Amino acid sequence: MIRLKDVEMEYDNGTKAIRGISLTIEDGEFVFLVGPSGSGKSTIIKLLTGEVEPCAGRIMINGFSVSNISDRQIPLMRRTLGVIFQDFRLIEKKTVYDNLAFVMRAVGASPKQIRERIPYVLNLVGLEKKANSYPTELSGGEQQRVAIARALVNNPDTIIADEPTGNLDPERSLELMGLLVKINELGTTVVVVTHEKDLVDHFGKRVITIDSGHVINDSVGGYVGGHIHG
Amino acid sequence: MAKHDFRYFAHEGLSNMFSHGFMSFAAIGITVACLLIMGTFTLVAVNANQLLRDLEQENEILAYVDDSYDEAQAKALQKKLQSIPNVASATFISKEEAMEEFKAQYPDEALFQDLDPEILRDRYAIKIADLRQQKQTVEQVKAVEGIAKVNAYEEIAGGFITVRNVATVVCVALIAVLFVVSVFIISNTIKLTTFDRREEIAIMRMVGATNGFIRWPFVYEGFLFGILGAAVAFLLQWGLYEAVAQGVANNDTLQLISIIPFTEMWVPVAVSFAVAGIVIGVGGSLSAIRKFLQV
Repeated sequence: MIRLKDVEMEYDNGTKAIRGISLTIEDGEFVFLVGPSGSGKSTIIKLLTGEVEPCAGRIMINGFSVSNISDRQIPLMRRTLGVIFQDFRLIEKKTVYDNLAFVMRAVGASPKQIRERIPYVLNLVGLEKKANSYPTELSGGEQQRVAIARALVNNPDTIIADEPTGNLDPERSLELMGLLVKINELGTTVVVVTHEKDLVDHFGKRVITIDSGHVINDSVGGYVGGHIHG
Repeated sequence: MAKHDFRYFAHEGLSNMFSHGFMSFAAIGITVACLLIMGTFTLVAVNANQLLRDLEQENEILAYVDDSYDEAQAKALQKKLQSIPNVASATFISKEEAMEEFKAQYPDEALFQDLDPEILRDRYAIKIADLRQQKQTVEQVKAVEGIAKVNAYEEIAGGFITVRNVATVVCVALIAVLFVVSVFIISNTIKLTTFDRREEIAIMRMVGATNGFIRWPFVYEGFLFGILGAAVAFLLQWGLYEAVAQGVANNDTLQLISIIPFTEMWVPVAVSFAVAGIVIGVGGSLSAIRKFLQV
């Protein structure tokens, strides 16, 4: 479960990115986080992953209190999250299999666990035949599916996707979002940050709209609020 | 640490080293150069120290026995002198022996050959264990009843001490400077390889790898730089030392200098090189990776 209570965040340069946000995302939910550029969406992601600390308020993620988390606990908290980025962030000199094995090793998985888990996850994202390919040999959609597989491979409680379809054409975007919905149906909480109104409307899930560091709308069904500029 | 983790760290460390071949070569080369310079200075200092110790042992003070003592009484003083803490040895020299020695020094002077030994005194040739305390020891020798006079060459003793102190300070200062330089260069070399892998490190952190897990391959890489550098430096040092020792032995004017054989010192030299290499390599890699591990 993710819970933000009266969270405020101001960067060192004086930019107030978040101004008193409170919201709760229950286990197993699928949530779109939308809003124009500079609205504070990316800051929320950074707060959730522990990259930045809030100036005020409380943040709880999957049983960890991020607001006053110790350095030792940050890795443990991050193991409950799977993060997907717009630019995929795959390691180009490693094969698809090694990109996944690398993050499993990073959390202490044994070679046996790695051998068993990776084929399952690649199968889930439809890339079982690409295990030995390098990221540069794959299309954008395939690369993003590798990124999803990587986010899933350590079996996280929550997947956080930051503009996952930003570099994909509309068909691949729809396909990818369908995959995230499927993952959500298997029990993983999914938070998707996006500015693609059509996609948000298509899936009819819960939508939290952020603007100028405030939550201006939180409803189910589709995008409500001002323009989304990306 | 699990066995498979260690295998992974070793594999990553080794493959990092090969994938940044030129930088690795540079890092090992710098380690070799620094260890070689440090080693050379240390070995010169060790030999100089040994030489000074030999010279110190040659240095003796003479304690003259009171005229009124006969030979038996004079000999009886030996125990008292040897019981003085800083006295390494006290050798009795009778008037006759002293006269023989004197005559031997001037074999061509007919006038000296007929001298009566009675004009000389019985004496003790005393060797000092620690030259720095010579002054106090001389006072203690003077205080022994039956000793009439003491001749000591304090300026020679002081000279030995000064030379040794200067050599030690120069050596320690050079080693310290070179050590810092080596750590800095290794650190920068590993920083470059770390920079190349910053994306990997960011991903590892994002999925919840601990700092220790991220750090280990770099530590292993630094360890390899250090140990390889130490091995190469040791072999070069050996060759260099033998060449210099050979040169000194073959040189007529330098034959007074006795060089300690390398075979007598190779174990401490190898251990010191290995320890210094590992400290430089691991220290450098830890300092390089620190910046990338800040949460």
